[in-house]
Amino acid sequence: MVLLTRKIEFAASHLYNNPDFSPEENRRIFGKCNNPHGHGHNYTLEVTVAGEPDPVTGMVLDLKDLKEILEREVMQRMDHRFLNYEVPELAGQIPTCENIARVIWNLLDPKIKQGKLHRVRLYETPDLFADCYRNGSEGAKA
Amino acid sequence: MSPGAHNGAVKTELGRRYHFAASHRLHNPALSEEENWRLYGKCNNPYGHGHNYILEVLVSGKVDPATGMIANLADLDGFVEREVLEPFDHKSLNEDVDAFRSTVPTTENLCIEIFRRLKAFPKAQLERVRVQETSNNSFEYAGDNPEGFEG
Repeated sequence: MVLLTRKIEFAASHLYNNPDFSPEENRRIFGKCNNPHGHGHNYTLEVTVAGEPDPVTGMVLDLKDLKEILEREVMQRMDHRFLNYEVPELAGQIPTCENIARVIWNLLDPKIKQGKLHRVRLYETPDLFADCYRNGSEGAKA
Repeated sequence: MSPGAHNGAVKTELGRRYHFAASHRLHNPALSEEENWRLYGKCNNPYGHGHNYILEVLVSGKVDPATGMIANLADLDGFVEREVLEPFDHKSLNEDVDAFRSTVPTTENLCIEIFRRLKAFPKAQLERVRVQETSNNSFEYAGDNPEGFEG
């Protein structure tokens, strides 16, 4: 089993606000992330695919294919977008690092046909990130 | 908020990175001066030396649909500040941290001590800690959990 990781960066804005909470609760729970007009980050996404290298090509999967999947599924959807308003998959959810990472996992998992998606790591800043794995022993042991 | 925020097929972890600076000296009093020097080299210099440590803390748990969070960062930051940063930052690990009066403060042991201190975080499950001593050395510890590594 070999793990292959590709990294991309995108820039997007967001804000945290739960309409079920009062303005005071939103402020208390989300702090400055609740500022009404939002704010932005340079996100760094690391996508790791697990598999056996093909004996003919020596590749787990063709990086060109992975690059195209990431361009189509992530860059075109999220880069230079306001995540709350422009990404339908995040509608009705707080666009935290945890939720964005999970949305990205669900977008990528069915598209990766060679090898298997092993981990999605999304950095919101260099000091804050979320990881997604496949639940259960399969993901843990890969 | 949308119940779609849950997905049982995906396990999500939150990772947070912290910084502290501390000094240490690698020295085992049970060994001779020569053995210590042979084993630890310049890390055995008598007055110690320091590093800018980077601590990575990974926790897991249910993403709360109301907040989108595994744990509120303010809670995690406050806990790590109290349990690790305040007692370790700008300190001598050998002299100022009780655990290292009897244990050599290698970064392996530092990982184990930090894990022990953070295990009690009440808002999420501690998965593992990773401590980077220099840009070329880092160490990880996941306690007794065999699945603590790699999700």
